[in-house]
Amino acid sequence: MLNLEVMSGSLPLYAAGTLVTLKLLAGSLLAGLALALPLSIARASPRAWLSRPVWLFTYVFRGTPLLVQLFLIYYGLAQFAWMRDSIVWPWFSSAWFCCLLAFALNTCAYTTEMLAGAIAATNHGELEAARAMGMSPVTLYRRILLPSALRRALPAYSNEVIMMLHGTSLASIVTLMDITGAARDVNSRFYLPFEAFITAAAFYLALTFILVSLFHLAERRWLVHLAPRT
Amino acid sequence: MLHGYLPNILDGATVTLTVALASLAIAVILGLAGAAMKLSASRVARSVATVYTTVIRGVPDLVLMLLIFYGGQLAINELAPRLGYAGYVDINPFVAGVLTISFIFGAYLTETFRGAIMAIPAGQREAGIAYGMSQWQVFARIIFPQMVRFALPGFTNNWLVLVKSTALVSVIGLSDMMSRAGHAAGATREPFTFYLTVAALYLLITGVSNLLLGMLQKRYALGVRTASL
Amino acid sequence: MKKMQFLIPALLCILLPALTAHAQDGRKIRLGVEGAYPPFSSIGPDGKLKGFDIDIANALCEQMKAQCTMVQQEFDGMIPSLQAKKIDAVVASMSITEERKKVVDFTDKYYRTPARFVAKKNSGLKIDPAGLKGKRIGVQRTTIHDRFATDVFKESEIVRYAKQNDVFLDLAAGRLDGAILDWIAASEGFLKSPAGQDFSFQGPIYVDFNYFGVGAGIAVRKGDTALKEDFNAAIKAIRANGTYKKLQDKYFTFDVFGN
Repeated sequence: MLNLEVMSGSLPLYAAGTLVTLKLLAGSLLAGLALALPLSIARASPRAWLSRPVWLFTYVFRGTPLLVQLFLIYYGLAQFAWMRDSIVWPWFSSAWFCCLLAFALNTCAYTTEMLAGAIAATNHGELEAARAMGMSPVTLYRRILLPSALRRALPAYSNEVIMMLHGTSLASIVTLMDITGAARDVNSRFYLPFEAFITAAAFYLALTFILVSLFHLAERRWLVHLAPRT
Repeated sequence: MLHGYLPNILDGATVTLTVALASLAIAVILGLAGAAMKLSASRVARSVATVYTTVIRGVPDLVLMLLIFYGGQLAINELAPRLGYAGYVDINPFVAGVLTISFIFGAYLTETFRGAIMAIPAGQREAGIAYGMSQWQVFARIIFPQMVRFALPGFTNNWLVLVKSTALVSVIGLSDMMSRAGHAAGATREPFTFYLTVAALYLLITGVSNLLLGMLQKRYALGVRTASL
Repeated sequence: MKKMQFLIPALLCILLPALTAHAQDGRKIRLGVEGAYPPFSSIGPDGKLKGFDIDIANALCEQMKAQCTMVQQEFDGMIPSLQAKKIDAVVASMSITEERKKVVDFTDKYYRTPARFVAKKNSGLKIDPAGLKGKRIGVQRTTIHDRFATDVFKESEIVRYAKQNDVFLDLAAGRLDGAILDWIAASEGFLKSPAGQDFSFQGPIYVDFNYFGVGAGIAVRKGDTALKEDFNAAIKAIRANGTYKKLQDKYFTFDVFGN
């Protein structure tokens, strides 16, 4: 049925690919989240000059496919001579950097909207109480808004992390050897698409399972107050 | 304009839209069915639905597309003779693309609809049954209208992701706007120009979608209060 | 809610008629073509396929009095598509090699051109495995050039792309130290274009039969002898009646058939 010999023989390739996938995932999530924290505060602000520019950013990056964003950064920018002659070219000429940049910007846009929504969903009674107690804006964000917003966003963020894991598979289209890249390589060497892609699917499923379990633990720690009562 | 490739790319855009809308229709049906199965009393139904949503949401679209496109064809080649089809049953790229995407997003919509139905207080359904309404009446008059309000944000998100995932269908040979832009870019060596055009077209589609679905959301959320900063 | 559970089987019954059935008889041949390999196969602004491969395919079909549909595919999906019966033959400059013959059958060749290494004009590179150690060489995935580079330039980093055009884009952008590909595809598709002005052929002409085979042929499914023989007869016919030469002169100033 399935050519198990080829599948087992290609496992080292998939293992190496998993490392690439994980590095891409971690890098883009960290950068994206770090950028999303200040941006989400701006986005949730009632001041238009703060929230509008952020809205434009998230609108563009959530409204276009990741593939298009990746192609624009990787192939598109290289088209221009002024880019190739500039000091940032060594970075942009690397597929790793281009992928990380595209993925980070993409996840940042989604996370910003998610956190902004969570901030806006704060129980207005809590805000009234905090203001009544004389909290300054900084204290308000630090003690009340952000902790509860981050917790509220946890289920949605777990989705975003899984989405980003899937997104990393696009790196194979721009020459990086992640899990999907390994599958395409096996497919192209042995003409066995079924074996190649089922193995890749198995690897991704395993990673998804691990991530979902980690988020379950996180939810148990931080979202106990919202868990269904038994 | 764009070295003469614009009409070709716009034609590709209609292909993209057709694939997206066709997939949505089937995905909604799969999603409602899946949500029903996941919420049902039958353990078998729940397990099948869980396997479905777990596998689909655990594997990247690109990998699934390649798997279903080639694997699906091989499977049909094996099955068709046994079911009595003498000839060869072909899955053209359009059908393959639509089936793949609707299969994938049926799983996501299952979760969206399930979450939405679960968000409705159980008392609503109980009250409906207490009044003597049939299962279908309870669903149509009580569950569904309230479900829409809860499901709309997730549904909007799923729809937008679906539209954007059609970009990957070019990999299995469908001549949508992404694939045409790629060919134009290769021929003219101007990838930025063409991918920017495609980006603008996607923004148009998602922008209009956002507008329409946003209006629907406001309509269904009348009377709900959000925090004001 | 239970009524919903019948929806999926009902759906399948509605969808199955949408999957069209083909008859095996009658001369309807689906040809896999690439559309991204000028001058052999490319897509013009009007969205139509053009190129030497396309013209040869049309000429052969006319000779065989067959109704051919061109199905555009990525190159690395050609053989799987053939095996999955999505297409009946591959006309995509696919070289006849022993390795490929293990999974598909080939007609006789319809052209033959050697492979070359392309790099920046003053690269100063020594084109052998030692000289290219650690360098990035671009190839199109699953081609003979891919196999050759992978086996011979073991110390170099082989970077694989789905389309030849993507190799050119990265070569011009400076992301690759060089590329190995077909002579004509290189000169027509890249070196003659503005982006390829600073590049040239370097190193030897590669003709090793093990990797580069006897030329490009049309791939058909293993055992599809009838189609193979029909194509062979058609190839001989268009060579004899001058159609081949007419098409060849449209694109090349020299003989591509090779002997």
